Amino acid sequence: MILLLVIIAIALAVSFYFDRKKTLLGIKKGVKMFLNLMPTILVVLAAVSILLYFLPNELIVKHLGENAGWAGYAIAAVVGSLALIPGFIAYPLSGALVQSGVGYPVIAVFITTLMMVGILTLPIEIKFFGLKTSLLRNLFFLIGALIIGLFTGLIYHIL
Amino acid sequence: MKQYWTKHKASLILTTVFGLFIGLSFVLDFEPGKSIGRDQFWVFVKEMILFLPVMFILIGLGDVWISKEKAEKHMGEGSGVKGILMVIVMSMAQVGPLYGAFPVAYLLWKKGASVRNIFIYLGAFCTIKIPMLTFEIGFLGWKFSLIRTLLSLPIIILIAIAMEKYFKNRKFEIQNP
Repeated sequence: MILLLVIIAIALAVSFYFDRKKTLLGIKKGVKMFLNLMPTILVVLAAVSILLYFLPNELIVKHLGENAGWAGYAIAAVVGSLALIPGFIAYPLSGALVQSGVGYPVIAVFITTLMMVGILTLPIEIKFFGLKTSLLRNLFFLIGALIIGLFTGLIYHIL
Repeated sequence: MKQYWTKHKASLILTTVFGLFIGLSFVLDFEPGKSIGRDQFWVFVKEMILFLPVMFILIGLGDVWISKEKAEKHMGEGSGVKGILMVIVMSMAQVGPLYGAFPVAYLLWKKGASVRNIFIYLGAFCTIKIPMLTFEIGFLGWKFSLIRTLLSLPIIILIAIAMEKYFKNRKFEIQNP
């Protein structure tokens, strides 16, 4: 985060040095885009917050380990696709699950779908890509996530 | 201002209602409302409140400084392996949630990057961002992370090629929200 602030500070300084007008135009464009996206992001985050109060991450993830076989993978994929869990929360949770005996394949499917598919953030994605492309991207990425997840788990156990 | 209100009326009303609910929960000491605000919503807001505006300013600067011709040459149709490497390196250096990558995808599209490279960028952003990898290695081990990364790269490239094929005879656009 600090690194990002340093980068933006340098970028702004250099940009100002070369062209004041252009810099201001750039900032204006960025701020405008941000303001136009903000209301949608806030609504999505508010909805997710309410949902997570009733279904906390820890509770959802705990159930990942309770079903063996294909049901376990299916649950991992559905939870991963739906949930919006930042990495700094998802990885410690997954690490704890592995410690408690949940297999790497299920964790791999959960992690890859979590990272690649975003059902709850669709309203934000649609603002950029439109409905059709957004659905298509999520579908393709879901297939990819399942392949990556399943094979990661498989290879992990073989090696 | 008025135009902004008209465009985002529903979202703004919903956000205000949510804000009032959280605010009242704290005043009236309503524990579920306090928990939703403090333990859930605030965690997400914290993740993006500083990072998103900074990202958007960088995108705005990129918009005015990056020339379309140059970007198109490096990341557009026919940019080959070099274009792929460029978008992968770009995505690896980033932080934050996936919805932070959409504005960058918009910038890439506006500057003439190919459909394939845009989806490789998004795929790499999802799977091999460096800040995320450090977390993954820490909690799931380097073996897991290495296998997943090595599998992710070819598969996201394949997906991007499939997306490119799909959009070959169809219109592809990314809007400024």
